[in-house]
Amino acid sequence: MNFKGILSQFNIVAPCRKYGLSLWQCPQFLFLIMGGIIIVSSLATYAIGNRYIEDPLIIALVVIFITTLLFIIAFIITQSFERLVEANRMKSEFVSIVSHQLRSPLSNLKWVIELLMSGRISSVSEKQAEYFRILKENSERMKELVSDLLTISRIEQGKLSLKKERISLQGLIEKVIKELEISAKVSNVEISFDSEENLPQIIVDPDQIKLVIGNLLDNAIRYIEERGKTEIDLKKKNDNLYVEVKDNGVGIPKDDQKYIFQKFFRSANIKRHQTEGSGLGLYIAKSIIEKSGGKMGFKSQEGIGSTFWFILPIK
Amino acid sequence: MISALDGETGLRVAKEKKPDLILLDLILPKIHGFDVLKKLKGENETRDIPVIVLTNLEGLEDVEKALKLGATTYLVKVNYSLEEILEKIKKALG
Repeated sequence: MNFKGILSQFNIVAPCRKYGLSLWQCPQFLFLIMGGIIIVSSLATYAIGNRYIEDPLIIALVVIFITTLLFIIAFIITQSFERLVEANRMKSEFVSIVSHQLRSPLSNLKWVIELLMSGRISSVSEKQAEYFRILKENSERMKELVSDLLTISRIEQGKLSLKKERISLQGLIEKVIKELEISAKVSNVEISFDSEENLPQIIVDPDQIKLVIGNLLDNAIRYIEERGKTEIDLKKKNDNLYVEVKDNGVGIPKDDQKYIFQKFFRSANIKRHQTEGSGLGLYIAKSIIEKSGGKMGFKSQEGIGSTFWFILPIK
Repeated sequence: MISALDGETGLRVAKEKKPDLILLDLILPKIHGFDVLKKLKGENETRDIPVIVLTNLEGLEDVEKALKLGATTYLVKVNYSLEEILEKIKKALG
């Protein structure tokens, strides 16, 4: 195993790399070096002490020298910690600024378009209404992309704060199905939902879980060609509630399967809605489920369909 | 309807004109919306005017802080249509 391999095993430099800090600025790495120096110096002090046991002055000088060295390294370590904290602070400040800077013009766009579409300023011809609709859809897309990016940034910083409410997962799924009913009809997709009876309620953030279910269902509808069916299954498995979203759509090619939960990844065989979708949905969905104490996975076969599942603990 | 382009002007206008409702953004030039809110709720002349915070910041901490400082409602601009905002305004005016 080479040096880099060993380091990655201990996950020492990963957090530093995230903030673009070099190895010698990384506190974890410096701690390792300091540990090494302590060990080496202890052994050296013993050896030297043994050799010059008649001459305590030399021993004292050696000890003083090594102690000074250790103090200097400790000082460098605290400085690198400061740099890490600063980098973190700048990153969250950046996100906060960007979210505001991007969202302000977006909300202005949205409201002005609504005003124009309402006909209150002047009457709107059919052609105009069509173009306004295009404007509105595009600004909605941008707004969702910015929201997704914000969510991802919070996930990566570990700042995704989830509300906690006691809800019925069955009710939540039914709500999502209702919202996507029209979209499913337009795509000629039939949605069926089968749930066990008398399932216990769970404590989750309903908005976030709704986002997850919506994402899985939307994907199922989106990746079905022509006409098809998506089946949702909800049941209790041990101490968890198990949800499955199955579709008979295009499926995920075997080579793409290991990348499916990565940010911005979109499978090559997208047949429909080629320009929509940011590739962020599954990454966010998996992060939310894991943060809620659950697990998410899938199985898929190209040309046959995909089944995405997740479990949430019953507490 | 009176609009002010920064916090200081807004405070001055609020004291003079005593509006029925104040729509307050948070990211403002010069001073932050929270400071404006604090001052509004701290002065006798403006204390009872309902304030709706209208912003694109959506952190839970910001929402809690605004409500704690005395805002009536906290609305994230991108999430609401014009009609919905009008509803909220009507509701705050009672």
